[in-house]
Amino acid sequence: MDAADTGKLAANIMHFARLLRRAGLPVGPSDMLAAQRAMRLVDLGSRAQVRTALRTTMVHRHEHQDLFDQAFLMFWRDPTAAATAKAIELLSGGKEKPPERTPPGSRRLAEAMEPRREPPPDARREEKIEAVLTVSDRERLQTMDFEAMSAAEIALAKSEIRKLVLPLDLRRTRRRRPDPRGPHIDLRATIRQSLRQGGEIFDIASSRKVERPPPLVVLCDISGSMSRYAQILLHFLHAVANDRDHVSTFLFGTRLSNITRQLRHRDPEVAFQMVSHAVPDWSGGTRIGEAIELFNREWARRVLGQGAVVLLVTDGLDREGAKGLAEAMDRLHRSCTRLVWLNPLLRWEGFQPRSQGIRAMLPHVDEFRPVHNLASLRDLVATLSRPLSRAGMEKWRTAA
Amino acid sequence: MQPSTVAATAALLASGGYVADTALATTVHLALAMGRPLFLEGEPGTGKTEIAKVLATGLDRRLVRLQCYDGLDLSAAAYEWDHARQLMAIRMAEAAGGTDRQSLASDIYGREFLQARPLLSAIDPDLPPSVLLIDELDRADEPFEAFLLELLADFQLTIPEYGTVHARTKPVVVLTSNRTREVHDAIRRRCLYHWVDYPDARREREILARKAPGVSATLSAEVVAFVQRLRKEDLFKLPGVAETIDWAAALMHLDAHELAPAAVDETLGVLLKYQDDIAKIRGAEAARLVTEAKAATAPRTPFD
Repeated sequence: MDAADTGKLAANIMHFARLLRRAGLPVGPSDMLAAQRAMRLVDLGSRAQVRTALRTTMVHRHEHQDLFDQAFLMFWRDPTAAATAKAIELLSGGKEKPPERTPPGSRRLAEAMEPRREPPPDARREEKIEAVLTVSDRERLQTMDFEAMSAAEIALAKSEIRKLVLPLDLRRTRRRRPDPRGPHIDLRATIRQSLRQGGEIFDIASSRKVERPPPLVVLCDISGSMSRYAQILLHFLHAVANDRDHVSTFLFGTRLSNITRQLRHRDPEVAFQMVSHAVPDWSGGTRIGEAIELFNREWARRVLGQGAVVLLVTDGLDREGAKGLAEAMDRLHRSCTRLVWLNPLLRWEGFQPRSQGIRAMLPHVDEFRPVHNLASLRDLVATLSRPLSRAGMEKWRTAA
Repeated sequence: MQPSTVAATAALLASGGYVADTALATTVHLALAMGRPLFLEGEPGTGKTEIAKVLATGLDRRLVRLQCYDGLDLSAAAYEWDHARQLMAIRMAEAAGGTDRQSLASDIYGREFLQARPLLSAIDPDLPPSVLLIDELDRADEPFEAFLLELLADFQLTIPEYGTVHARTKPVVVLTSNRTREVHDAIRRRCLYHWVDYPDARREREILARKAPGVSATLSAEVVAFVQRLRKEDLFKLPGVAETIDWAAALMHLDAHELAPAAVDETLGVLLKYQDDIAKIRGAEAARLVTEAKAATAPRTPFD
């Protein structure tokens, strides 16, 4: 291959990387360089090899793979392939064709392929409406608008969150840190110290095992019945996610969305905007059983390791009459160290757990924390930090 | 020694009994040619660990394996000073008299007091080149990942008291993860990434023929067809290739020549490891899958 061809290929890879970036894949300059190098090592005549070479250097996560494959198809298109495909389709009478369904990410890619320009505000609104209408009409899909939060409110929220103490909140790891009063002898540090004193041991350095909070997984219900609390819950989730390490956050209504990455954004407004774009089912119905089962299957093994505590925020009012809920809860309970259920819909003391959903869930939680009036973050933190007596839990169980 | 093309890499893997698809062969080839670590992610039982073993044999390198676990620390993963011998050496030096602090320090932190654990051993310049397998990285905690960064980027290890150890020949590094935890982006960025998927039916039959050679062609085809259908079911844990191999061997030990619903029910525990899954498949569902698998593998008569 001569130099001109190499230059063309390099330029194409650069365009391709730019396309991927616009479609939301984090492709850095080093990835691009690696891709360029990889191109010199594979057979450029083989499409499969080129695709793998680009994918293995530019994609670092399994969930980005579909988007990449789509982008590859669109960008490295064989000009004659489209005609061939059409001919084959005609010959086979089109019966092999799978049901129409746009592959995930294709819309984002189509947008990324377009020359970059800011659409006028009207056009953007129109696009949004269109998006709402094209997706399944069974679900009530809408985006959520969150009130802006002032700097003072953010500071207040942060200080409240610092007070949060979850049950089982410290877990001893196998790592050690130096501590003069620690119970373990640190021989390495002792010897290093002694060398400064001509080999004589005067002090014995000691260490202590590091304790740290276990991973926290929050599963939060955002169905219609919970919508009045959505704002405060999101503030809570954002503050928690930014205050601690190892927090994974999921929202569920009729679907299950992982919003961990969106919430990581330090600015709550940006984070909420990203969340409201990522979550399609605000204020719809709830299928708690289905959502938890999906969580068990897709995510439990990935986020519930290392002694995770699960915080489940839901009112337990299930649209499907608690179908499959008990089984899903049982599995969830057995996969985590501790399952805490926060129910923000109990508005009076004489509450009886009558609904099918609540009855199905109660036997499988370690702690049940009702909130009688959830007006502020402070109440939420106080409720979660309060120690719960065993008798209290028994009372709820027998009532169910 | 290193394969120069993708086809040669595939042949190298095949010579070690590993049936790789083109994508995997390409990725392995690139990892070798570019000298980058290979990060393999995928469901358990899809042959991720096996790749490292086959590479070690094929490239005629020693395999250094580090099994990760929660709390894995420096002294278990990289190196440890032999404190007892160090203390002894200090005493000896004192007894001999005339210790000056500078020379004592360099004596105490000499190579002979350094005990190499897998990571140091893999880049030890005095040892032959290695394949370093860091297995199930998702089981280790984040501090350990951070520690790996230096090793993965520069193939070197800094020991504060001793200095920096460089590899003479870059080790071939293979990291695997079952995704019980998300591995940090910083690690991913330094590696070539490949998602190891379940194989398709043709490749799974090939694997079975290599790994369980005694199984008859009929049984092997039916077993694979059954497992492939099972993977489309709504299960908590889908069976991997390792389970397919075990299951075929189990059926062979029971003298089965073809799949039968009763035998499937009895041996389902080899394939599925959760009671919920077994309860769901056992009985009618298993019988249906057996019928389907048989229909799919039955020899086709022309014009039917």
